[in-house]
Amino acid sequence: MSGSSSIVAMKKVVQQLRFEASLNRVKVSQAAADLQQFCLQHAQQDPLLTGMSSSNNPFRPQKVCSFL
Amino acid sequence: MGEIEELRKEADSLKDQITAARKAVQDTTLQEAVASITVVGRVQMKTRKTLRGHLAKIYAMHWGADAKLCVSASQDGKLIVWDSITTNKVNAIPLKSSWVMTCAYAPSGNLVACGGLDNMCSIYNLKGKDGNVKVMRELAAHTGYLSCCRFLSDSEIITSSGDCTCVLWDIETGTQKTIFAGHQGDCMSLAVSPDFNFFISGACDFTAKLWDIREGQCRQTFGGHESDINAIGFFPNGNAVITGSDDATCKLYDLRADQELITYQDSGIMCGVTSLAPSFSGRLLLAGYDDFNVNIWDALKAERVGVLAGHDNRVSCIGVSADGMACCTGSWDSFLKIWN
Repeated sequence: MSGSSSIVAMKKVVQQLRFEASLNRVKVSQAAADLQQFCLQHAQQDPLLTGMSSSNNPFRPQKVCSFL
Repeated sequence: MGEIEELRKEADSLKDQITAARKAVQDTTLQEAVASITVVGRVQMKTRKTLRGHLAKIYAMHWGADAKLCVSASQDGKLIVWDSITTNKVNAIPLKSSWVMTCAYAPSGNLVACGGLDNMCSIYNLKGKDGNVKVMRELAAHTGYLSCCRFLSDSEIITSSGDCTCVLWDIETGTQKTIFAGHQGDCMSLAVSPDFNFFISGACDFTAKLWDIREGQCRQTFGGHESDINAIGFFPNGNAVITGSDDATCKLYDLRADQELITYQDSGIMCGVTSLAPSFSGRLLLAGYDDFNVNIWDALKAERVGVLAGHDNRVSCIGVSADGMACCTGSWDSFLKIWN
């Protein structure tokens, strides 16, 4: 009968739930608006989103012409 | 007997309280809130580089902070540091244990770490005096496999383990500073917040937890997934968390509203998510799946806007470089690919 250890464990669970329940929550409308605003504000600095020309792309080798 | 019943009733009542409190702030949905913006146009990326050299399945990769170097770990028993632009191998580090499951690059660029079925996190110094890369520290205390690790600095690292805990280590002394216990299943993945004050963990108990690093406390727990969470990441503003699961979906949870805002799913996708990474602005979510593909999602509209197809086996890891210039995928086919 592991009575006392499961009581200790349950007390921890209850303590944690009390803590999580006490959180101040922001309205979803505010949270969603902030996410949208962040995306739009940073869109132009997101190369995977906007694409880039080969001259701006460090991973795309420039084809160089040289005179022989 | 009476006391346990009382505690159980209190726990259930608190869970109901949390559910009610979350509903109380649910004045809209993300879907409704973004109804007026249009879906991102079709995203097409090409493989710009293929990093060849590993001889077995790649399990993990991590970009360095300079957005040029990256480290990968394979069950061929090697950690390789690559120059992603030239495709040169900067370091090829032989490991004591080939059963590696994770690797990490320190923000300074001085250290890399890895671990796996040896239950340890091994720290390697890339900038040793004689030019040889050596084991600097072996962090041993976990009683289960090392699933993920992430550096806070050259002196601190956080690990997640199959023993259901996460640990903050002092690298210098090799000791555990804080043990983060609470998950009821193997911890599979972790991510550190942009301000380095928090980290999130995803586990086989189907939940994600937000932890306060300095207080050592779990702040919030997020449920909803119907299977193991394999991958987790922060939305770039640090206020939301994205998870990827064996239930074939990814979910976005907002930290301040304390709830799930949206699920990224498609009836055509029936296999597990192995890895994920947001693009620089957070607008794109790149997720690797067991079916060898990476799906690109419009993170706000939850619609698929692209696919990266090119690997011949499961995509096990994915990362977007710090400047957002490129995405790197690692696969069980032993190759890494750089896309943009």
